[in-house]
Amino acid sequence: MAASDAGRGASPPSGAMPPALEVIGVEKWFGSVHANSNINIRVAAGTIHGIIGENGAGKSTLMSVVYGYYQADSGEIRVNGETLQIKGPEHAIASGIGMVHQHFMLVDTFTVLENIVLGVEGGRMLAPSLAAARSELERLERDFNLEVDPDAIVGELPVGVQQRVEILKALYRGADILILDEPTGVLTPQEVDHLFRILAALREQGKTIILITHKLREIMALTDEVTVMRSGEVVAQVYTAETTREDLAAMMVGRAVLLRVEKGDAHPGEVLLDVEDLSIKDHAGIARVKNISLQVRAGEILGIAGVAGNGQSELMEALAGILPRQSGHIRIKGEEIAGGTARGARNVRAAGVGHVPEDRQHMGLITSFEACESGILGYHRDEKYNGRVLMNHAAIVADVGRQMEEYDVRPPLPRLRTGAFSGGNQQKIVLGREMNRDPDILLVGQPTRGVDIGAIEFIHRRLVDMRDVGKAVLLVSVELDEIISLSDRIVVMFDGEIVGEVTQGEATEQMLGLMMAGERRTPRGSKK
Amino acid sequence: MSAASAPTEAPRWVTHALVPLINLSLALIISGLLILALGEDPFEAISILAYGAFGYPEAIGYTLYYTTNFIFTGLAVAIAFHCFLFNIGGEGQAYLGGLGAGVVGLAIGHWPAPITLILGILAAAVFGGAWAFIPAWLQAKRGSHIVITTIMFNFIAAALMTYLMVEVFIEPGQQSAESRDFEAGAIMPFVHDILAQIGIDAGHSYLNLSFVLALICCVLFWFFVWRTRWGYEIRSVGQNVSAAVYGGIMPSRAIIIAMCISGGLAGLVGVNEIMGVHHRLLLEFTAGYGFVGIAVALMGRNHPFGIFLAALLFGALYQGGQELAFDMPNINRDMVVVIQGLVILFSGALEHMFRGRIEALFMRRAKIAPTAAAD
Repeated sequence: MAASDAGRGASPPSGAMPPALEVIGVEKWFGSVHANSNINIRVAAGTIHGIIGENGAGKSTLMSVVYGYYQADSGEIRVNGETLQIKGPEHAIASGIGMVHQHFMLVDTFTVLENIVLGVEGGRMLAPSLAAARSELERLERDFNLEVDPDAIVGELPVGVQQRVEILKALYRGADILILDEPTGVLTPQEVDHLFRILAALREQGKTIILITHKLREIMALTDEVTVMRSGEVVAQVYTAETTREDLAAMMVGRAVLLRVEKGDAHPGEVLLDVEDLSIKDHAGIARVKNISLQVRAGEILGIAGVAGNGQSELMEALAGILPRQSGHIRIKGEEIAGGTARGARNVRAAGVGHVPEDRQHMGLITSFEACESGILGYHRDEKYNGRVLMNHAAIVADVGRQMEEYDVRPPLPRLRTGAFSGGNQQKIVLGREMNRDPDILLVGQPTRGVDIGAIEFIHRRLVDMRDVGKAVLLVSVELDEIISLSDRIVVMFDGEIVGEVTQGEATEQMLGLMMAGERRTPRGSKK
Repeated sequence: MSAASAPTEAPRWVTHALVPLINLSLALIISGLLILALGEDPFEAISILAYGAFGYPEAIGYTLYYTTNFIFTGLAVAIAFHCFLFNIGGEGQAYLGGLGAGVVGLAIGHWPAPITLILGILAAAVFGGAWAFIPAWLQAKRGSHIVITTIMFNFIAAALMTYLMVEVFIEPGQQSAESRDFEAGAIMPFVHDILAQIGIDAGHSYLNLSFVLALICCVLFWFFVWRTRWGYEIRSVGQNVSAAVYGGIMPSRAIIIAMCISGGLAGLVGVNEIMGVHHRLLLEFTAGYGFVGIAVALMGRNHPFGIFLAALLFGALYQGGQELAFDMPNINRDMVVVIQGLVILFSGALEHMFRGRIEALFMRRAKIAPTAAAD
């Protein structure tokens, strides 16, 4: 890796290439929030540069400034040594900066080729530009081993391929500096590997890559240099080879962090949650969950691994009583529970089930409500919150306030609007609400999605505590690390079915990765 | 609602007072330019308008009489909006509310006044609420869009009332479609009569005790929306249906409750008009109040205090505007409607034109303060 070696000198030799991207003293305020404070970063040309930090550390803000979505309040941005005023994304693209967003910006019904020329058609008629694009695309594909069919309809491609289309789009527009924002969130381990090979190939060709992530593993595996951000500031810029995961984590959080979850052996008791032959269809009549059977016992954590969109969400919602089921049984502590819609959710909650939904903003909270109002959602009929006609507002504020203190929500202000809290703190509001009721069964979906490392440690600790006092925990997560370190047993879902079950001891990332891609293994979970 | 304590938001007085005032001023400035173009002095026009609305006891009385109607229809639109429903049917619900009040007035006008009046108020609310129930049910159970159905129900209400007036309630031997006058028990006392009894001469106006009812409704509205389970459930459904279902709240129930209350509030216009002013059942007494209620709710930001202020403003524009049309030869009734339209345009439709920029101005200033909540 010659390119990275060139960037490795502490001070670049005189006459060397100027840094591909240099951020000097950038300041950005949002109202009273200091999102970026005196940011200085040098990204050497032809390297992969990681930017890591907790949620709300200012990574995305900084990249939005670089890509021209926001204007910095002060400071300078230099591309190849030249100071630029980047007034908008089109400006950034013209300066050779490309960005692959976390959420893809593609037209699902267009072909790959059409998506790529979108916005740069370069003429009244489409045919010549499509032809020109096709030959250019073939060259790009050959060079970078992207494996994308230019005539495929984008909506029909797997997410990993869609992401490559985004990369192609940026390259086609002449990007020399490629910014990737949390690129691996939706990928299987195999797709992640492929992405990393592509990024390495791009580096070989002299492209500069900036990788925004909160996953330490990716930083260690791929980058040459890494910038660590914390609460709007750059706290360190180091060479990846000279640092460790533990050091990076400590720098991100500002203190030493426990990366492995410490827990003793499980002592599974009676079956609390029993699912038998459960099938669920979505609105369009497509089967999302197919004849799933599983059991969760008191005192164990059952992890459900799988790439997002393989039926886990539907399974969770059905277990929570929200989604109606096609067939099958759900028994909570031996009792069959009637499910489907709001009444089902109420029944399930009354039966002693806590539910931390996957998507807190979409389902777990009401962002426009005050925290104290979000903090009682689902329990707002409880006697302690209600008088004969009026709700006991003082009791609600006091109770949710206590809940917030206990779950370390910052700031612990129950009258603050829910949406004003950061993602991790919103998640802690949900967890506090659901865990504080002492449920016998806890359904947890993506408990640490978008949550910073410090809070992840806290949340994992709480889940293990729940298990240790004899509760049944069902955990759905797309983070393999999380599944492996927390679960006592792991089942893997693929295309609505359970393709295998393993215990914590035997599970490896590679094995689960293959199962997540549909490879069957000892299908003990689904007795058919 | 202490949302203003969020560090990323502007102070409350900016959002709730300064921005609406700036919007209102802009509407008045443009109205002034129009008046100038018509060859009249805008400052004189403003002073005539203000005098016509607040300058003497009768003017104040009429302004508050209009305000009463706007409070009812504004609250009606607001409660539906808290459930994210756009109730365009205030007009029809007010019409039916009047029918309810009228039926009670005609049937038991000879009973003691307190009983008849209370039954009349209930009947108006129930009739208005029932008229809103049908679109609500269709929305909740069949997914028929509430905007479409409530608009259609305005027309149905108008047709129904015409039929009833012509065929059922018309006073025998009468040419115009009006019922006989109510007896004394069904007459909501005029405020000027009450004031006269304690020796205050307030002239004569339409202002009656329904105004007090409107104020009571404002207070009850606040408690209902922000301090009861039902209000909580309605707001949950309005803000985030998935979260509401997750929380065990049935959207269809919240929709029906919100719409019935909405219709009931709109129906109370019928009390003000039928029992308070006309003292008989007649046609077209709703005069567009239901529609203006949309602007009132928008401007009042769906909060009862804001709605009270917005209703007062529109009451003043109605009353002062008539005076203006009377006093200035070049300004006719239509010009007054134009001014009202501009106020609606700037404070309703263009509400966000300056909001962002003005709020940003004040947020900047706040950044010197310690940012306790910045995470």
